[in-house]
Amino acid sequence: MPVVEKKQVMSATEMDRTLQRLAHEIVERTADIDRLALVGIRRRGIPLAERLARNIGAVVGHPISVGSIDITLYRDDLSTTATQPEVHASDIPAVDDRDILLVDDVLYTARTIRAAINGLFDLGRPRRIRLCVLIDRGHRELPIEASFVGRVVQTTLSELVDVRLQEIDGEERVMLIDRVP
Amino acid sequence: MPERIGHLLAIEPLSAEQITFFLDQSKPFQQIQRHPLKKLATLRGKSVALAFFEPSTRTRISFATAAARLGADTMSLQAASSSLKKGESLIDTVHTLEAMKPDCIVLRHAASGAADFIARHVAIPVINAGDGLHEHPTQALLDALTIRDRRGGLEGLSVTILGDISHSRVARSNIHLLSKFGARITLCGPAMWLPRELELLAPGVRRCSRIEEALDGADVVIALRVQQERLNEPALPRDEYIRQFQLTRSRLAGARPDALLLHPGPIIRGLEVESPVADGPQSCVLEQVTNGLAVRMALLFLLIGGTGGIEDLPHASD
Repeated sequence: MPVVEKKQVMSATEMDRTLQRLAHEIVERTADIDRLALVGIRRRGIPLAERLARNIGAVVGHPISVGSIDITLYRDDLSTTATQPEVHASDIPAVDDRDILLVDDVLYTARTIRAAINGLFDLGRPRRIRLCVLIDRGHRELPIEASFVGRVVQTTLSELVDVRLQEIDGEERVMLIDRVP
Repeated sequence: MPERIGHLLAIEPLSAEQITFFLDQSKPFQQIQRHPLKKLATLRGKSVALAFFEPSTRTRISFATAAARLGADTMSLQAASSSLKKGESLIDTVHTLEAMKPDCIVLRHAASGAADFIARHVAIPVINAGDGLHEHPTQALLDALTIRDRRGGLEGLSVTILGDISHSRVARSNIHLLSKFGARITLCGPAMWLPRELELLAPGVRRCSRIEEALDGADVVIALRVQQERLNEPALPRDEYIRQFQLTRSRLAGARPDALLLHPGPIIRGLEVESPVADGPQSCVLEQVTNGLAVRMALLFLLIGGTGGIEDLPHASD
């Protein structure tokens, strides 16, 4: 599908600053920091969760447990198509009685978040689950909102928010792009 | 992303890359066996036909459990109660099953080539759960997963397969799979179960009639089930088989100290394998059973699960 880049939403510096601010907000609103565990949603939630955990660790002075979840098996749109599905391993810290913070790059329909919550509940009973996203682009299809948001971006349905991370994409910025019909 | 997988009929035509893909895809399903809640809804609304034209307990339960844990339903046909007894042909029985609209057929049959034949006549994926003396591909995949987990890799192993090789589809699938990763394979058993043709199955296969020699330096020992009824023949009484070929502690000591013991089950203690060996630290028998679930879940997911293919589009990570 052809796409055109419309504008830059965040630069590398802005992303870094946003993740610093989010780390401080998370610390401020987490009474028992020892129970906190970050879980990044594959793929781009994983490096974001790792960076946030580092930032939080630097604020509180000890390491924060961080893991990852692959939601392929929990998706609601697995229907037979020509594409070969692939599943990836998850690496989730113990969830029983933990204060879980799911981390993802973009909050859109929230179907991914629903899938991730289902996945977490298969592993036990967390005390609480919250959500942190770098970008909230609206257009929810489920009654789910993020507890911590880096930036809210107004979008139309034909637009895409493309988060590029050094660890995965080799560059660092957030772009708003448009699908050309 | 690899080409969509249509069926799993045999190991022989697969590449090492395809096998590695199957094994890698089984890893997340191994995690699920450790979850407190093991049931997924991934294949909700899908159904799997278990067409077992030959008696089977372990493989059938493994496939049924794998389907259940993915949220799929199963329809089960068993040899004893099937219309085969009433004279219906294999193709008619399978077409009848297909008319009930399953999303996949798991087939076991006493005739070599049965799965391949059925795959050419139905429009849905077919998984071979054992066809005659030909192949039992899911057993070889679960064995490979078990070996890879314990040893960290599959490359260049010394593998000894013991027992009734000529009647074993497990042996054939394992020979094909392991030799694709450069294994040196030694087959050992009574001469009547060790025809020369077996050496033509894959490069690096040799036969050996003395168990001590066959086990020397082995990384992996696969003991096969010996069918008791075949030991009634005057050519090889049971006691003579035990004396010459039973895997005992002292014989296993001739293999590498960290050699693994695999057995497809069911084990007949005191026949193929001495009890302390079956229960010892080198035995992977129970891991094989658990890995069987993971491999079969992965296969069902790969064959009948689907995805919109949007994973790498930016908006997919909503």
